[in-house]
Amino acid sequence: MSIFDQISAWLSDPDHWKTTLGIAGIPQRLAEHVQYTVLAVVIAAVIAIPLGAYIGHTGRGGTLVVGIVNSFRALPELGLLILLVLVMGLALALEAVTIALVLLAIPVLLAGTYAGVRNVDRAAVDAARGMGMSEWQVLVKVELPNALPLIFGALRSATLQVIATATIAAVVSLGGFGRYVIDGNSQREFDQMAAGAVLIAALAIVAELLLAGVQWLVVSPGLRKNSRGRARVR
Amino acid sequence: MNWIIDHLPQLLSVSGEHLQLALVPVAVGLLLSLPLAWVANRWPVARAILVPVSALLYTIPSLALFVMMPLLLGTKVLDPINVQAALTIYTVALLVRAIADALAAVPESVIQAASAMGYRAVGRFFAVELPLAVPVLIAGVRVAAVSNISLVAVGQIIGVGGLGFFLLQGFQSSPPNYQEIVGGIVLIVVLALVVDGLLALAGRALAPWNRKAVSR
Repeated sequence: MSIFDQISAWLSDPDHWKTTLGIAGIPQRLAEHVQYTVLAVVIAAVIAIPLGAYIGHTGRGGTLVVGIVNSFRALPELGLLILLVLVMGLALALEAVTIALVLLAIPVLLAGTYAGVRNVDRAAVDAARGMGMSEWQVLVKVELPNALPLIFGALRSATLQVIATATIAAVVSLGGFGRYVIDGNSQREFDQMAAGAVLIAALAIVAELLLAGVQWLVVSPGLRKNSRGRARVR
Repeated sequence: MNWIIDHLPQLLSVSGEHLQLALVPVAVGLLLSLPLAWVANRWPVARAILVPVSALLYTIPSLALFVMMPLLLGTKVLDPINVQAALTIYTVALLVRAIADALAAVPESVIQAASAMGYRAVGRFFAVELPLAVPVLIAGVRVAAVSNISLVAVGQIIGVGGLGFFLLQGFQSSPPNYQEIVGGIVLIVVLALVVDGLLALAGRALAPWNRKAVSR
């Protein structure tokens, strides 16, 4: 039996779809993975997007943001997860993992929002001020809508990074699709590992497509050509 | 850091292994990306295929991609080549798009001037278009190198992880060995920052006209 047949056999086995005797089925693992991801991305967005918008609007602290983002890229996710879980204790593993995921998502969102607001056409901002808009109105009515393509770009990369890291969280005894890879590896069941990998990849791709769809609906059509996020100023 | 001092010889050799796992894919990925980016820039159809496929591959989480490699390559599950092949895919996915965009951004007037001076397509690519794309290329290579160095550690979950070994071993010993874990993290970050710095210097040397833009 080829490995592809083994994967489809594993995935189509009804036993793997229901939770029995405390062994979680695929729907429950999916729910766990989505739960970790949504929680972390929402917390990170609530912190990072207003902060990034403020820094982008005032221009203060921009260099610091870029520096933080670059140094976080070097930090090994696995190490951060392990360290936080050990420090907080295995009983608080979920909280520790959530903090790790939030810490990884914040720099991405912060940089994207900052760059988005910063790179809004200065002529548009000046025109808004000239029309008598307050600073708050400039930010909310002009800068943020124009920054949406970059903010969404950051939201998509942050979500992907969180999904990927939540996979690794299975190492520190959490659930989610990563369990299949870890358990399959320790039980030497390659079909389980490979099926888990397929599920993880599918989840990431579906999340990316969903967010891309939302972005298409939310972002003003006039900005679509620039949605690559190429800086227009400079 | 007693632990680092006690294990120095082992750490140096594992660091070498770690760098090899992370950077061979960067080199191979760069070599593969250049012709692909050239093709993508030249034919819109190729671009319409290559760019979305790259984005799709970049979407797949690292652990999943590591595990999928034996399926695609027919290698053994614990073969280091799996990690290197997966990281090569990420590097190509990142660079093809960036280099294709950089090539597309070369002003038409520059290309026409080069043609008027007698350059043919191939010579013009290497003498004019590619050098102008160097700042973007170096920026992409830096991102790929730094994220690869950090991602190698994830490979430890399937048994190939360079310095990631110390992270998991420190976690699994009882009581947990904090020095080992922190030492591993610090070494990985230091390796990433050193490689990033060296690449930034290389970028300055290769594109002296662009010094301000390269050092982001």
